[in-house]
Amino acid sequence: MTPSAYVAAAPAAQVNSGLAQLSDDLMIIAILVYAVALLAFTIELGYGRRRRTVAEAAEEAAPEFAGVAAAGRTTAAAGESATSAVAGAGAVTETGAAATGAPGASAASGRHGPADDAAGATHRAGAVGLAATVLGFLVHGGMVATRGLAVDRWPWGNMYEFVAAITLGAVGTFLVVAFRYRARYLGAFVLIPVLLALAINVRYLYVDAGPLVPALHSYWIAIHVTAAIIATGAFTVSGASTVMYLMADRAERKRAAGEAVKGVLGRLPGAALLDRLAHRTVVFGFPLWTFAVIAGAIWADEAWGRYWGWDPKEVWSFITWVVYAGYLHSRATAGWRGRKAAIVSLIGFACLLFNFFAVNILFSGLHSYGGV
Amino acid sequence: MTQTTLRDIETRQDGGPRPAGLGPLGWLRWGWRQLTSMRTALILLFLLAVAAAPGSYLPQRGVDPGKVTAYFQQHKELAPILDRLSLFDVYSAPWFAAIYLLLFISLAGCVIPRLGQHTRALRARPPAAPRNLGRLPYHATFTVTDAPADVLAAARATLRGYRADGTETTVAAEKGYARETGNLLFHFALLALLLAVGAGAAFGYRGNVLLNEGSGFANTVAAYDRYIPGSLVGAGDLQPFSAHLEDFAATYVTEGRTRGQASSFTAKLRYRESPESPERPYDLRVNHPLEVDGARLYLLGHGYAPVFKVTDGNGEVPWDGPVPFLPRDQITYTSEGVVKAPDAGPDQLAFLGYFFPTSGKTADGKLTSTFPAPDDPTVTLLSFKGDLGLDAGVPQSVYAIEAKGLTKIGKSTTLRPGETLELPDGAGSITFTGYREWASLQITSDPGRTWALVAAVLAIAGLLPALTVRRRRVWVRARAGDGGRTVVEVGGLTKADGDGFAPEFDEITEGLRARLRAAPPSVGDKE
Ligand code: HEM
Repeated sequence: MTPSAYVAAAPAAQVNSGLAQLSDDLMIIAILVYAVALLAFTIELGYGRRRRTVAEAAEEAAPEFAGVAAAGRTTAAAGESATSAVAGAGAVTETGAAATGAPGASAASGRHGPADDAAGATHRAGAVGLAATVLGFLVHGGMVATRGLAVDRWPWGNMYEFVAAITLGAVGTFLVVAFRYRARYLGAFVLIPVLLALAINVRYLYVDAGPLVPALHSYWIAIHVTAAIIATGAFTVSGASTVMYLMADRAERKRAAGEAVKGVLGRLPGAALLDRLAHRTVVFGFPLWTFAVIAGAIWADEAWGRYWGWDPKEVWSFITWVVYAGYLHSRATAGWRGRKAAIVSLIGFACLLFNFFAVNILFSGLHSYGGV
Repeated sequence: MTQTTLRDIETRQDGGPRPAGLGPLGWLRWGWRQLTSMRTALILLFLLAVAAAPGSYLPQRGVDPGKVTAYFQQHKELAPILDRLSLFDVYSAPWFAAIYLLLFISLAGCVIPRLGQHTRALRARPPAAPRNLGRLPYHATFTVTDAPADVLAAARATLRGYRADGTETTVAAEKGYARETGNLLFHFALLALLLAVGAGAAFGYRGNVLLNEGSGFANTVAAYDRYIPGSLVGAGDLQPFSAHLEDFAATYVTEGRTRGQASSFTAKLRYRESPESPERPYDLRVNHPLEVDGARLYLLGHGYAPVFKVTDGNGEVPWDGPVPFLPRDQITYTSEGVVKAPDAGPDQLAFLGYFFPTSGKTADGKLTSTFPAPDDPTVTLLSFKGDLGLDAGVPQSVYAIEAKGLTKIGKSTTLRPGETLELPDGAGSITFTGYREWASLQITSDPGRTWALVAAVLAIAGLLPALTVRRRRVWVRARAGDGGRTVVEVGGLTKADGDGFAPEFDEITEGLRARLRAAPPSVGDKE
């Protein structure tokens, strides 16, 4: 028998309302800071100056540089001279030798077409944008952390918290890529969907901080949902990179056809570079997503008595996984590389978004505790 | 980009040319090559994704048979057509099976030969240097004063970790076999996963039982309310355990927006692994299943079973015990059920009842429940007498009554624990003596699940090197050049173009140069 003595304490007692309020405020601040960052990135895209491609630079600098390099080498290494096969330009950099620095001449045989490595237009505003993004990321992280502390649990129990976490994952992945591969040119394309998602989140998906339904009481929530969130963040950055790739690819086709390419299109980085970034982020996200799906299956096994039951959420996670696996394969299949693979990747991203929004809201299933 | 990569050389990208005028064997071989080509696998993979989608929109029998019935009622014309296409059983549909079986065969046909190739590659020596290293995607040339033999020795030292081989003028080195090892591990793990899932479905079973507090069950087919065996499971294969529900307890949120939401459930069980084993206690909770002899017991749901004592017109007691009622909504736990007394005389008796765990009134004065916990339990009953229709042999739900042979007697009446309703015309009486709670358990036995987990873990273990390790070859050639100097050529090749080998290649080149610079020129070396 269950006397009412079993009844739990009121949830109000479990929620630290001060922290919850702080979390809500930090969300607004993060949005404002991101908006500033977006503005700065947009200025960079719109008014930045495109650096000459490495090849162009090399061509100009080759005579002196090669001379200096060779001379330096001669003195330093007593008689060792750098007569690279790469037609003079090969000696441009002492450290880079042929592979990084010298695609200029025919000897590089297309590994880096001149446009491939063009890093996009730069402008001082871009640095401001990056700084603002770092600040926004910290505030955003604070928002998620305070929300978690306010309710004393992992802050991913409903749609509002998921969106906050996933956008955090996206910005985090962007920052890693921005610093590691000097790819801040992705900034605007990442921040637009992030800001859009956050605006929708605050406006339509907001729920007060509160406790979880019993089905979510499990340490698997930390493992499974965290992996899914980070993977989603990586896929988002990959999606942004893919969209830019498709645009840059168009610009390059136009250029190759002798047409003038103006505006933002002309300031984008090289298509091959963007393609590689898009691939790298999927390579990071895909194993994580695989892991998230498997962890979800283990959790389902514990919670619902079966590890796979074709619940709508499971179906769409599976579809997303299959499409991204298809993307990885398509890059390795003749005739599918490039644009086709990019489109497969975007379909994968669409499935991911569908799984997140449509399945949580439209379909009923065991996962319907989105708490919208 | 028409750059040659290792992949182009090694991977069979499509089914190869169509055979002209080959016999049936040739066509078979051609068909097999088509099926096991990566393009076919890719298409099958996408087909699988497309095929999985409708099951997320249409109700599925395996997930929720009730919803399928409802769908049939709402879409009288469409539903039978969809049903003919197996769209209510997508994941057990023949066309779904066809896709994944083809994918399975394609995958097996693709990876098994690759396993052979790879084991050979693991033992093979790196291929000899191409004649012209300058045409490789990564290359560098420089001259040094060291003798060619010293350069090659230095090259080998620089290429530590590579598998290196060489001739008098070249060093050939290769690294990154882990990529293919991982790739094969991943794809084989997928095969294993499919097998484990299939075996689990064939040799496992699943069933539900509902237990009132104070009752138990033994694991036999007869004990289940719903039992779904795998295709290769017999009634005698069930593990001989038994379990008894002592007490069920739930806690609820009492205030705020989520008032009435459950915050925990616990079912106190006692169980025996077999009739001879000692009895053990277990607190069954959500996310904490009980594992017995390979089967697992899960807490699935709970509800109330009001206890009734029915006295018939003859003064006998044909029923005295709990009757499980089904919750109609999760927030108030207003529950509905029927009490049937087929042994009552002279007329059979039946009651349609509602149970309100915490009774209250709606704005318009109707009885309702305001909270899911049993703080003020109340039932309302509607009484019937006549023929229950149980003798006809047609199976009936225990949660509904067949109204045909029954007549309503009296009015709807509200009772609190201990209160009795006297039926009109001496037909008998019914006493609401109290209530118990019930818990529904799901029992699953899936002998493939551990293997599925092992396969899934191996898949991830294989995926990581498959995606992150780079297969690369480096060649170094040293030949005597003008003025007694040695011309050193370094060439590199990777499996995919533009995959960021450049920094590593630079490091190798620079490492080699630095090593040569640091080493004193060997004896006999002219300035
Ligand atoms: C559910 C099915 C499958 C999944 C999830 C999957 C996944 C993957 C992944 C993640 C890679 C690594 C891609 C890369 O190296 O960039 C890969 C590579 C590969 N897969 Fe699959 N695969 C599946 C089925 C198949 C099938 C059926 C075949 C063959 C018929 C196949 C053939 C290959 C081949 C040849 C590669 C090597 C590509 C390379 O070296 O990059 N896969 N697969």
